[in-house]
Amino acid sequence: MSEQKTRILNERVKRLREASFSQRPSFSAERAVLTTEFYEEWLGRVSTPVLRAMNFRNLCERKAIYIGSGELIVGERGPRPKAVSSFPELTCHSLDDLAILDSRPMASYKVEAEDVAAYRDKVIPYWRGRSMRDRSFAEIPEDWKALYEAGLFTEFMEQRAPGHTSLDGSIYRKGMAARRAEIAASRAAIDWGADPEALAKDEELKAMDIACEGAIIFARRHSRLATEMAAAERDPKRAAELARIAAVCERVPAEAPRDFWEALQTYWFVHLGTITELNGWDAMNPGHLDQHLGPFYQADLAAGKLDREGAKELLSCFWIKVNNTPAPPKVGVTAAESGTYNDFTNINLGGLKADGSDGSNEVSYIALEVLDELQLLQPQANLQVGARTPDRLLKAAAEVARRGSGYPSFFNADEVVMAQVGMGKSLADAREGGTSGCIETGCFGKEAYLLHGYLNSPKVLELVLNDGIDPASGRRIGIRTGDPSSFASFEQLYAAYERQLAYVVGAKLRVSNFLDRMFAEYAPAPFLSAVVADCIERGKDYYDGGARYNTDYIQCCGLGTTTDSLSAIRTHVYERRDIGWEELLTALAADWKGSEGLRLLCANKTPRFGNDDDAADGIAQRVFESWIRAIEGRPSPRGGAYHVDILSTTCHVYFGLRTGASPDGRHATLPISDGASPAQGADRKGPTAVVKSLAKIDVSRTGGSLLNQRFLPQALEGEEGVGKLCGLVRTYFKLGGHHIQFNVVDTETLREAQKKPEDYRSLLVRVAGYSDYFVDLDRNHQEEIISRTALEGF
Amino acid sequence: MSSGLVFDIRKYSVHDGPGIRTAVFLKGCPLRCLWCHNPEGLSPRSEILRRDERCVGCGRCAAACPLGGAALGLGGPDPRKDAGGALCAACPSFGACAEACPAEALQLVGRRMDVEEAMAAIREDLPFYDESGGGATFSGGEPLAQGDFVLGLLRACRAEGIHTALDTSGYAPRELVLEAGLMADLVLFDLKLIDDERHRAATGVPSGPILENLRALAEAGARIALRVPLIPGINDSAGDLEAAARFAASLPGTPRVHVLPYHAAAKGKYALRGLPYAMGDAVPPATEAAQAARGIFERAGLAATIGG
Repeated sequence: MSEQKTRILNERVKRLREASFSQRPSFSAERAVLTTEFYEEWLGRVSTPVLRAMNFRNLCERKAIYIGSGELIVGERGPRPKAVSSFPELTCHSLDDLAILDSRPMASYKVEAEDVAAYRDKVIPYWRGRSMRDRSFAEIPEDWKALYEAGLFTEFMEQRAPGHTSLDGSIYRKGMAARRAEIAASRAAIDWGADPEALAKDEELKAMDIACEGAIIFARRHSRLATEMAAAERDPKRAAELARIAAVCERVPAEAPRDFWEALQTYWFVHLGTITELNGWDAMNPGHLDQHLGPFYQADLAAGKLDREGAKELLSCFWIKVNNTPAPPKVGVTAAESGTYNDFTNINLGGLKADGSDGSNEVSYIALEVLDELQLLQPQANLQVGARTPDRLLKAAAEVARRGSGYPSFFNADEVVMAQVGMGKSLADAREGGTSGCIETGCFGKEAYLLHGYLNSPKVLELVLNDGIDPASGRRIGIRTGDPSSFASFEQLYAAYERQLAYVVGAKLRVSNFLDRMFAEYAPAPFLSAVVADCIERGKDYYDGGARYNTDYIQCCGLGTTTDSLSAIRTHVYERRDIGWEELLTALAADWKGSEGLRLLCANKTPRFGNDDDAADGIAQRVFESWIRAIEGRPSPRGGAYHVDILSTTCHVYFGLRTGASPDGRHATLPISDGASPAQGADRKGPTAVVKSLAKIDVSRTGGSLLNQRFLPQALEGEEGVGKLCGLVRTYFKLGGHHIQFNVVDTETLREAQKKPEDYRSLLVRVAGYSDYFVDLDRNHQEEIISRTALEGF
Repeated sequence: MSSGLVFDIRKYSVHDGPGIRTAVFLKGCPLRCLWCHNPEGLSPRSEILRRDERCVGCGRCAAACPLGGAALGLGGPDPRKDAGGALCAACPSFGACAEACPAEALQLVGRRMDVEEAMAAIREDLPFYDESGGGATFSGGEPLAQGDFVLGLLRACRAEGIHTALDTSGYAPRELVLEAGLMADLVLFDLKLIDDERHRAATGVPSGPILENLRALAEAGARIALRVPLIPGINDSAGDLEAAARFAASLPGTPRVHVLPYHAAAKGKYALRGLPYAMGDAVPPATEAAQAARGIFERAGLAATIGG
């Protein structure tokens, strides 16, 4: 064993971490009440963008602000740490929802009686029938609802705003005051004589200006509070810190930051602004944080203002602030498919600079230490590994990863660049891009890349096997593709899968486009727009095509399960002919009851994805091509196009619950395969075979893919273990792989944690594109993680 | 082209030489070490391993049985009960029952392969070897018990620039040890026990020829890493370890020493095969004991590590 790094936290960080870790998330009606009161007074008096901006500024002026004991980086979204705002203008929780949030066993939020009363008396009466969700659902067609309820797909925008946004370096170079000047210039340049969109642009720009002002007001309120607290503080050391906080918040984000502390506080205010304005998916992401902070760190060090430990302390304080903002509470299907407190802020480390040189610096290493030592749910971090990334950095990251928390994950920086260039972005912009959320590729600070929902590919195949009928309900929700036993060849079956897929995708995209426009029209985001490139120049909102690049993703799920199911049918029904259609369909309908031999034949005597076996991997390539054909390039309303993502987050568990037995031997209700990973237990030949199978998929044509690998701790022991893990990552990326992440934990430990959750409170495991506390996962997710093939060292 | 009997090919083998490796396990071994952790590698013949708890009684094995008895009701063998027994030894298509078993209750251990087939499997992970400095490891069983085959494999790897490691007990004819050992890029040579009599008692063969082979190989300039299994009650006394360290230190090229502490992971394999486990309930050595053993080799002037 190499020596274990001891967890060295200084006293302040230890205290803040403990407070954040043990604080139970709560629900706060504050934002909902302020927003309701504001809408009651202002709706109809100003344009929609201005209304949204004024509501934001009103929140900045009036919401309770908080500076905690010992904090250096300040600001909360709610009135206190881990108090989560709600967004009734998008989704208005019912009283039942609030009761469920308070009492559900997993990912619950404490809801106080006064919040319930506020909802009952004020929020619900106003928003019922007015919220985006209520208005949208009233318009949504029946065919979509039937597919949605059957579990063919989910819809990201039904209760959260489009998000997955990351920032580039511009917020560190340009303060809000400078932005307001740019906005004014853009307004002055509007050609009222010729531009038919002149009014819309002017209103949008007015809105951005108000929003920037709101952010400055919010920061300066913290400055005043810190000054007051400093005056009352007995401890001179803390009083000095508070005075410093006051100075920092007076300056940023109005002006550009001048040092490491101001830079972190700048980001944090912008982050809070965007997640107060709306509840976009994946909160907000700082992008290449190490690259942005590196120059400030170097300058402070040279000036003697800061040492390495001081920088680490500030970064830790920032890290804890992110952990203080759990995901906004979801309900219904969205809660089922994403039941986590994690709001997916994902920090990029390493990678490339715009000029193509290695992006890593000392802050990259400090961030890895912070990640390792804090062991918090949020934020996540990933390492962007390019050919130019130093081995030393990869090794430092692998050291952290093998300790088991699933952080950091690893992305192929060169591939991330290539995928973006392939979608038409400039090389320099692509290099400044990276990964946000779970695995989503995007051009930081310059792109609106929106995820629209997960697609359940194994369920599409289930519809094919039942001629368009969902066996769960007996209703015909798909198109008729024919009785499978009439298919003379595997090719006929495959053609039916493609036709059913096209139908389902078509139904989904029509509603995705509709919702996209609903957000553009009724919930623009002027603050977010002010910090994303080209919205100011174009006078257009982020949700309305204002960003330099606009991309839309459909996240396709169940590559492994679809491939193995098709492979089983091809192998046994058409090639070996040792299973008849009727026999197979009967067994599937009965969830294999009484057909265990048949089930095992399908599961164990079929070429399966993940074993570097071309017979199976060839089918996976075909399925991938079909997804591409169904989705790639279909126009989206913001002037962009739809693309494929291969990602399931936790949705493979939800989709599994909705999908009957599948021909790969999977029982009904068990999870389908996750991300781009092989089906659980299908990979028998170790990690090299898995990554070779995956590498046959041309993921540079997607917005990302996700590969989970679970190792037993012994497999990665010692200096050699780390070296070999690095070798695995490097090779996978050389072969064109996009992403890989590791769980390093043995089954006994996980079983023990199920038995004695209280002893394993801080056991972080990789779930999907993020980690979660194992004991906070529901039983289905726990079992799914245990069922992933654990790789031993041989 | 020569062929051999292989009982496993493992990718991402992490404890058998540098980098990411593919380990090819050759079946058959002249030694009978009490602690052997690969009992499936001992016999030089294919075997059918039965895991009754997995059987779902589907009868596909009986249907595939070329002696056909059970399936046809003629009183012939029923693989569900008889696989691996005397009747099967003469089976014209040995393993067909295991091939047909969907539950993997019957498993064929040992497949005949020619060099090219094994090379095809080795080549699959070429990009990983390139990146990590890995390659192929030939292990067993005792790979040198299939001399032509292992030489064929070593030669083929060399021709394709694939790094090779030979994991051997050293109990083989001198010329073969030298030829194969010099062709391999690295020899993982077991050093179990110096004392001839006790070596014989613990492994079934004398130590003399092994030690002479080791010295000859070292003198011929082969790159050698010594693997010293640390077996409770067998070779873990200070006296035995010091003798081993003295011998190792007397070799030219001062080979690196890997102390491999005994573990009981193979116990289950014996149970499956209905074989007695000679180590009984022996307890794996404590970390301190392994460190002490390493210290003995280090004091003799050798670089030593635990594991690997």
